[in-house]
Amino acid sequence: MMYKIRTERLPELFALAAADKALYLPVEQGGQVEFRPWSEGAAVRFDALNTVRSAKDLFFPQTENLVAFRTEGKKISIIENADTGAPFGLMGVRSCDAKSFEILDRVFLAEPADTYYKARRENGTVVTLACHEPEETCFCAALGIDAAESADGDAASWIRDGWFYLKPVTAKGEASVETVRPLLTECDGADDAAVEAEKKDIGAVIGQLPFSKLDLSRFRGENMLEIFNDPRWKELSAACLGCGTCTYVCPTCQCYDIKDFKTGDGIQRFRTWDSCMYSDFTKMSAGQPRLTQVERFRQRFMHKLVYYPMNNDGLYSCVGCGRCLRKCPISMNIVKVAKTLGGEQNDEQ
Amino acid sequence: MSNNEALIPKLGVVTDIRMDTPDVKTFRVNAPEGGKLFEHMPGQCAMVSIPGVGEAMFSITSSPTNKEYMEFSIKKCGCLTEWLHQIEVGQQICVRGPYGRPFPVETEFRGKDLLFVAGGIGLAPLRSVINYVRYYRENYGKVDIVYGSRSAADLVDYREIIDEWCAEKDFGVHLTIDREQEGWDGHVGFVPNYVKELNFPTNKVAIICGPPIMIKFTLAGLQELGFDKTQVYTTMELKMKCGIGKCGRCNIGSKYVCKDGPVFRCDELDELPNEY
Ligand code: SF4
Ligand code: SF4
Ligand code: FES
Repeated sequence: MMYKIRTERLPELFALAAADKALYLPVEQGGQVEFRPWSEGAAVRFDALNTVRSAKDLFFPQTENLVAFRTEGKKISIIENADTGAPFGLMGVRSCDAKSFEILDRVFLAEPADTYYKARRENGTVVTLACHEPEETCFCAALGIDAAESADGDAASWIRDGWFYLKPVTAKGEASVETVRPLLTECDGADDAAVEAEKKDIGAVIGQLPFSKLDLSRFRGENMLEIFNDPRWKELSAACLGCGTCTYVCPTCQCYDIKDFKTGDGIQRFRTWDSCMYSDFTKMSAGQPRLTQVERFRQRFMHKLVYYPMNNDGLYSCVGCGRCLRKCPISMNIVKVAKTLGGEQNDEQ
Repeated sequence: MSNNEALIPKLGVVTDIRMDTPDVKTFRVNAPEGGKLFEHMPGQCAMVSIPGVGEAMFSITSSPTNKEYMEFSIKKCGCLTEWLHQIEVGQQICVRGPYGRPFPVETEFRGKDLLFVAGGIGLAPLRSVINYVRYYRENYGKVDIVYGSRSAADLVDYREIIDEWCAEKDFGVHLTIDREQEGWDGHVGFVPNYVKELNFPTNKVAIICGPPIMIKFTLAGLQELGFDKTQVYTTMELKMKCGIGKCGRCNIGSKYVCKDGPVFRCDELDELPNEY
């Protein structure tokens, strides 16, 4: 069953949904749209395509506490103090970000599962939102992701002609929709037709986007050594600053560090995002396997396009969200890498 | 093993510290209530940390057949290890593990003649296997150990080698040091050359551990003797954080050393990018 509500009444829906649990959605603040908890008067921007940071923060936050220690002479006490939070809702998630959760799941939920990530995944209800106006930097289609209707998430939504359409797809989604049910109207055949028309329009835009037909076919396990040894990594990485921006904005980047922080009365061990673009990432007192930015740059793209798929049934660790295209200060990105080293069809584009 | 167990350490107590060489100490670790913190298999590693100082991966050098305690042989080479070299018996430390794929002691090694080749601190992971093999002596054939170091003083576990390994039935122990030294009447020369000189028959499984350059030349030497890469095992060392294939740090190509290694058969490494 699909439901609808007038878009001008959405604040009522947010208020009701946020009554018993936190509701995160794209909110503009200081000129930047990010997933933020809803509060009265929040500038919700369902029209803004992609948040600067991805939605992965909700499940895999940039920093989180793991455990604390107290030391006294030769004695140490271990105090578990991780906080995986409470149930929450997440609305306005684009198909690309929704797909990134599956990519992260395959890492964090594989045995031994990451219990912090797992708890947040269980706590979160994800409502996806179809992309009314995909941008030039979007290439989700090349990764087999449908911007018009997400295959992931607990409920799907569309906005067309002043209506917000909401369709639960999992039991968790059903339960969430139930909490706002009093505000919703059941859809009829005309509404189904409107949503179908919306999907068709989105499909047409996607078809026109410059990178929708990006050919990734050469990125396969059997070509690993050939691609790894390709001399063109040098020119591709020549201008890379090693700033790590691409990894921080990327919804599928999963690397982390574990560090200790002296709090004054003890030690807090926390985990924090890390980046393969940094020299410190692999540097040991015994040596450094990735001596220059060429090797670090290559690692990022080899991981996304070759290594990850080798370990995950051919699934690429990129969802085509375009964040790295928009944010890299030297305008280097995965599309340029794919065009240079990917399949032959890219030459014709 | 849940992540709580995987990332949250257990509390251990250092119950003995042995000075092995000028820069290697062997630490005996027990659970606070006595006994071992966890079981492991030869070749597996554990994350050892001092809160506020650091955490790093070390090979468990004791054999799993030791039911009383675990041991780590640690070379002084950085912040954490320098700290560890200063601690005294009774110090509590944090340990989590075990991590990684062990040596195939119950499969590929069973019933075979074994050749262990180690350089310096590289003996640490092999000691676990060697003592395992001694414990289950009837399950393995002849054992040869080629072990070398810079000088006689740098040979780790020297007393155990002389008093126990040399006395073991069907054990050939071949020690070497890099340069002539007063009071040393054993072999002098680099490990890879010594391995070639000893001209071992090829009906063995070889296990090499040591500095990357030593591994490389020893492997080449064994191949000259007619060994195939499928008969040779080694261990890899990369920077690690999680130990469970999730933090993304320790990969060689599509393999994570913490989870798919640290033990690799040399032909497996051929299929991976040369980035280690
Ligand atoms: S690599 Fe770039 S386009 Fe792909 S998911 Fe990451 S940020 Fe988005
Ligand atoms: S590719 Fe661009 S965003 Fe990524 S590290 Fe290099 S300069 Fe920074
Ligand atoms: S140490 Fe984290 S992936 Fe190996």
